[in-house]
Amino acid sequence: MGLWKAIAIRIGYGLLLLLAVLVLNFTLISIAPGDIADSIAGDMGGADAEVIAEIRERYGLNEPFYIQLWKYMSGVFRFDLGYSYFFNVPVTEIVLERLPATLLLVFSAQILAIVLGTILGVLAAKNPRGFLNTIVTFLALFGFAAPVFWTGILLIITFVSIFPIFPVGGMRDVTVEGGFFIETLDLLYHLVLPMITLASIYLALYSRLARASMQEVLGADYVRTARAKGVPERTVLYKHALKNALGPVITVAGLQFASVISGAVVVETVFSWPGLGTLALQSILARDTPTIMGILFFSSLVVIVFNILTDIALRLVDPRIKTG
Amino acid sequence: MTHPLLSIEDIIVDFETRAGKARVLDDVSLEVNSGEILGIVGESGCGKSMTALSIMGLVPDPPGKVTSGSIKLDGRELVGLDHESLRQIRGKDIGMIFQEPMTSLNPVFTVGEQIAESIRLHEKASTKAAMARAVEMLRSVEIPEPEMRAKAYPHQLSGGMRQRVMIAIALACRPRVLIADEPTTALDATVQAQIFDLLQDLQSEMGTAIILITHDMGAIAELADTVAVMYAGCVVEKGKVETVLSAPEHPYTKGLITCVPHLLPDPPKVRESLQEISGVVPALTDLGKGCAFAPRCSEKIDRCEAAKPELRTSIDAHLTACWVAEKETGV
Repeated sequence: MGLWKAIAIRIGYGLLLLLAVLVLNFTLISIAPGDIADSIAGDMGGADAEVIAEIRERYGLNEPFYIQLWKYMSGVFRFDLGYSYFFNVPVTEIVLERLPATLLLVFSAQILAIVLGTILGVLAAKNPRGFLNTIVTFLALFGFAAPVFWTGILLIITFVSIFPIFPVGGMRDVTVEGGFFIETLDLLYHLVLPMITLASIYLALYSRLARASMQEVLGADYVRTARAKGVPERTVLYKHALKNALGPVITVAGLQFASVISGAVVVETVFSWPGLGTLALQSILARDTPTIMGILFFSSLVVIVFNILTDIALRLVDPRIKTG
Repeated sequence: MTHPLLSIEDIIVDFETRAGKARVLDDVSLEVNSGEILGIVGESGCGKSMTALSIMGLVPDPPGKVTSGSIKLDGRELVGLDHESLRQIRGKDIGMIFQEPMTSLNPVFTVGEQIAESIRLHEKASTKAAMARAVEMLRSVEIPEPEMRAKAYPHQLSGGMRQRVMIAIALACRPRVLIADEPTTALDATVQAQIFDLLQDLQSEMGTAIILITHDMGAIAELADTVAVMYAGCVVEKGKVETVLSAPEHPYTKGLITCVPHLLPDPPKVRESLQEISGVVPALTDLGKGCAFAPRCSEKIDRCEAAKPELRTSIDAHLTACWVAEKETGV
């Protein structure tokens, strides 16, 4: 089974990469000035050197760097990412609690951007001189140029202040009760604005990409063959051409996953979405090293998993990509 | 009255280009009967493929446009037919094989699916039945182990195999007309012969009319019943293959025949250097009022640059558009 072997190899590389990411992150954070002791001292309203030294002693911050690294890494192998001094819970617990919210946001935004972007791209490629083509060009410029937080704030002003249709932020409304179905609806209702905001950047990217890719494919000989066979135009577009044009979109979507997650940090902050992004911001301000490390660990994991899934998707779309 | 299976009358196709309007087909008239092979021959850019596309209703629009003329399939007018009716005719009544087997098959579908698709579209066959028919088609184009090959993707097949698959696609619904646009140009000489044999066999079996587009006079001599020579969007000579080859009237036809020495009525005994027609096909945007071939013609007379000759019959349905030939035959 070429495919399974290829996946196994990719997973192996992924694990190595994850290890490298952990060591690198730990090193970088250790080098950075300031630690949790400063932060705690700051919260206490200032403390003398003796107290700070005592805190450092208690949290093992005085040990040599390699011992700290060793302790941390051996913890990771036992699925123990350390203890958050700031939130007073194990890191794994708090990260896993926030992860689903981020994944939901990232996923829905990616899917919205990919599906809508591809459809817009196809329609624009079909009528290169048409109105839709102008829209796609405009969207692309706007999406690339507008900072995410600004798009978010604009959406809030428009759809919360001027036309109060959507909630201003958060993930659920505590007053809403009524079983799973109603609560899911409430969640989706809260999801709309942050999802659109995050999707806006990538929508631009994917629609441009799909358009370019489709334009190329539509000039291909096999598209002419399909037409000569009497295939209806819609099928020519969405079956014969699109399946060939999807490759670049999937590749870029896979590569963009990391940047979508970092984009989510900003969007979550704007919409007070209780995901990893807001957690990251809090823990960075608190110099809560174990939590930052935990967040980085899980985001790397997600990115690696998605790169592998992208590979599989590409193989499914294009039989020419050799397995193994 | 019997009419030809497919008749093209005075087709004019114009293209809007940056350099101005280009008349890519100028008053082209052709006809082909069931069981016959019509050869269309000429250099690149003479309008051979555009003739094929206009029959298929696939002239890229914009920038192209069928300005006037008529194309009748078994008496039914195709020019101006709506998209849906044309779509139903394509692949069912008229099949087409293209020049490039390497790129004419869709790389992401198996060849079986690609043959079956056309059967499913035109005959309302179930997926399974269509696939079984596809395997049969692969067998009839002499592909070994058709059951296995049907599951192969185009990149897993050789060029000759792919062209056989293209033929299977084109013939899947037993069309009455098959247009083969340079079907062997991209293939090895031995494979070319095989493909031509296959086309001939299938034709005698199905009685399909074939329009064979090529720049190879040799292939025309071997396969075609009638031939039309095209130059710069016009038919300059047409008639039965024997007559045209043995007594070509248009200097361009003569030139094309001289390029293939063994076709000459009196083949040179000693090896001579190969003849060629000097110059290139003119740009269609700046044709003069005279004969388009005049600048390259060795027999040019004054009249050639002054006015454009029309097709005139000399003998036995042999038509030529040439002032010199007209003068000589005295028609």
